[in-house]
Amino acid sequence: MAVADLSTIPSAPVTSRGRKVVRRMLRNPLAIAGIVVLAIATAAAVFAPWLSPHEPTLTHLDRAFAPPGTAGHVLGSDDLGRDVLSRIMFGLRASLHVGLLAVATSLVVGVPLGLMAGYFRAIDALISRFTDLVLAFPFLILAVGLAAIRGASLGNAAIAIGIAQIPGVIRIVRSETLRLKSLDFVAAAIVDGAGDAWVLGRHILPNAASVIIVQATVAIPAAILGEAVLSFLGLGIQPPAPSLGTMLSDAQQFASRAPWAAVMPGVAIMLLTLAFNIVGDSLRDALDPKASRR
Amino acid sequence: MKRYLLGRLWQSLVTLLLATIVVFLGVRALPGDPALALAGEDRDPESLRAIREQYGLDDSLLVQFWQFVSHAARGDLGSSIRTGESVVSMLSSALPVTIELSALAILVAAVLGVGAGVIAAVRRGRPAEWAANALALLGLSVPNFWLGLMAILYLSVALGLFPASGFVPFFSDPIGNLHHLVLPALILGTGLAAVIMRQTRSSMLDALSADYIRTAEAKGLPPRAVIGRHALRNSLIVVITIVGLQLGALISGAVVTERIFALPGFGKLTVDAVFQRDYPVIQAVVLVTATAYIVINLLVDLLYSVIDPRIRVRGEA
Amino acid sequence: MTGSVLEVKDLSVTFRTEDGPLSAVDRVSLQVTDGEVLAIVGESGCGKSVTAMSLAGLLPRTATVEGSVMLDGVELIGADKRTLRSIRGREVAYIFQEPMTSLNPVFTVGYQISEVLRVHNGLSRQAARKRAVELLKLVGIPSAERRVGDYPHQLSGGMRQRVMIAMAVACDPKVLIADEPTTALDVTIQAGILDVLRALRERLGTSVVLITHDLGVVADLADRVAVMYAGRVVETAEVHELFARPQHPYTAGLLGASPSAGRHAGTHRLNEIPGLVPVLAQQPDACTFADRCPRAIDICTTKQPVLAAGVACWNPEGR
Repeated sequence: MAVADLSTIPSAPVTSRGRKVVRRMLRNPLAIAGIVVLAIATAAAVFAPWLSPHEPTLTHLDRAFAPPGTAGHVLGSDDLGRDVLSRIMFGLRASLHVGLLAVATSLVVGVPLGLMAGYFRAIDALISRFTDLVLAFPFLILAVGLAAIRGASLGNAAIAIGIAQIPGVIRIVRSETLRLKSLDFVAAAIVDGAGDAWVLGRHILPNAASVIIVQATVAIPAAILGEAVLSFLGLGIQPPAPSLGTMLSDAQQFASRAPWAAVMPGVAIMLLTLAFNIVGDSLRDALDPKASRR
Repeated sequence: MKRYLLGRLWQSLVTLLLATIVVFLGVRALPGDPALALAGEDRDPESLRAIREQYGLDDSLLVQFWQFVSHAARGDLGSSIRTGESVVSMLSSALPVTIELSALAILVAAVLGVGAGVIAAVRRGRPAEWAANALALLGLSVPNFWLGLMAILYLSVALGLFPASGFVPFFSDPIGNLHHLVLPALILGTGLAAVIMRQTRSSMLDALSADYIRTAEAKGLPPRAVIGRHALRNSLIVVITIVGLQLGALISGAVVTERIFALPGFGKLTVDAVFQRDYPVIQAVVLVTATAYIVINLLVDLLYSVIDPRIRVRGEA
Repeated sequence: MTGSVLEVKDLSVTFRTEDGPLSAVDRVSLQVTDGEVLAIVGESGCGKSVTAMSLAGLLPRTATVEGSVMLDGVELIGADKRTLRSIRGREVAYIFQEPMTSLNPVFTVGYQISEVLRVHNGLSRQAARKRAVELLKLVGIPSAERRVGDYPHQLSGGMRQRVMIAMAVACDPKVLIADEPTTALDVTIQAGILDVLRALRERLGTSVVLITHDLGVVADLADRVAVMYAGRVVETAEVHELFARPQHPYTAGLLGASPSAGRHAGTHRLNEIPGLVPVLAQQPDACTFADRCPRAIDICTTKQPVLAAGVACWNPEGR
């Protein structure tokens, strides 16, 4: 791995950026697999009420502990005879719900703060004290506090996860804003007398969009894992409503008797987060091949 | 140097003060009468009055805050409304378990993460990089607690390799203690290892494309010196800060891991307190976590300035 | 005159890129005799740095190198890694353009000089450090005993470049390759560095390959010059001959209206010639300078001129 001064090697002219990004994504078979998995998971979650073979909360004690492959229970049933596949489909709803809600929360708060921190020197220090403060409360501790004050629920879990993700959003948007602010076209707009809000909204935000999208694609799987953890601990969705996390905590009691009930929901979470992470990674690589190649 | 340290110390103190205010106000934001919450099941007027007295709930917020801070500073965090045991003594029996678990997990994560990260950067474009990247992606995507469940199910219960749950203090039985903690530490360490691996890989790639690496190669140094000494030394500076920032994730992970393996640590204390609505304990848990996070990140920054001569000397000049 | 220390024959370098192969160096041949300073000049992107890097195998894996590089009778192209390593730093040493980033920020300069001595000469830690102090004195660093324990960021750019030189000459190499050694420095500092290089060359008799685009530096230090354009050597000549009677239209263009080139280091830079150095996927069968050449004739666009009598041109100046 010899290293040389490559600055002397001229670079080729760039074709349209958007087309190139799509082309790079589609050239990567792993990325396509990730997109397919996400599409299937989203469809299963959205259309769960129509697609699921059983009511997710319906108990059939006479059909408890049916192993996978049993007629009517493709992925088996749990201790109360509830269908694992149906519960996973509804659990995916909760996962995606929390994933999107949490990331939306973090973006709604984090993007404006990040823009301001990068753009206005005066409040940069103030905002960085705020991020330090939020960082001092790990998401689980935030969730514990929120559950203590407002009670445990899916919404509160999403808010706790979203708050914990705010510092990451601020940091990324801030550094992108700093970078863009120093570029000629932004400087030119400022010289032309454009107002701060105009410069931020019309010049900086659209150009920062790609890093925000990439941040969102890595934040969603993190939020999904967070939801699973909180629900597992009983700090998220309340039974009997299914979530992949609560399914695991139920299954813990009878795992040696019906291991499928513990294996399947975990595999579902893993596939979902893995797909998000793969798509996020390949999107980042496609947007900035240099950064990934370095 | 001195100026940098004082500035950093000042920032930490401000953050700590803000965190304390947040915790203090959090308890006051409880729905209804905080005295009712603090009293738990015991709701006769007499004990409510005693609680109001004890926590000074009839005083102004400012006075209450001062009381709260001065008690906390003297190591008085109240007592559990369930058991009546002092919160500090509960913490002092739970924390060593969690600290040992976390330290072992960091060790696992550092060894796996730095090793795999270096291999991925050096073996660029070869099967080894592909494998290391795939493992890291998996480590980021697998829910740790599920991995823990699977490990218990297949390694402990089915094969009997490790105890499925429980804990023995280190000083009464060191071997048994490690035997109980190996599996939880591995489980807790994998997620962190994935983060460290990715960071090590990217900062190693940065370092390997730096001019000084070209110099080291032009000097005819063997790869072991170029990679292990010149590149790694520079990358680790970045990796250490990342570990500090991952501490929050580590604390969250420790709570879940302890829950799964039934370890009598900080995590169990936290979860039990939430379900028993044991507000003094919750308040203490949140405050202790925030303080630990702030202090450890301050220490990481100080360590950083010891390792990186550029920071160390700039201040002295 | 003694024989060649370094003999480069038909050296070609191609890079694999996302947009296909890129030719950076095309059949370059050079000779450096004992104690000689050969300057390679040309605009940025002409392949002079890539040529320098390829000599001791310092190019990234995306590069394919063909041809022959003989160092004192030893073939370096295709040599195994161990051989190349034992040659780098001991027989062929490099000085790079960026003294600010070419030294490792986390090690003292003394340590970084000692490293070369310990690897190649097997010196002990103490002996290497003692020698490092001597080397720092040799390159004109004041209070070397104290400076040996400094970190790179504590030194100025000129001092760091002196450290780089000390490191390069530590093992008394046969060939010193200096890639734009003064470009990143202030004009006032440049003269000092050139003085050090000149003194070392006289004292140690090292051959030097000097990569530069600064004609002042060339006139100051070089014995012979090779002019490169778009990956090819277009002219080679003794330095006085080149300045007095440039044959290739490109060389003439570079020298331009600068008759006193070389009087003062750093004050005379290459002339602007209209157009850009072309980017080549493949070397065409034509003169690569034809598009920009004021003396182009028909054959220039259909057949590549070969280097003959010191110039690769169908219609050289003064004919």
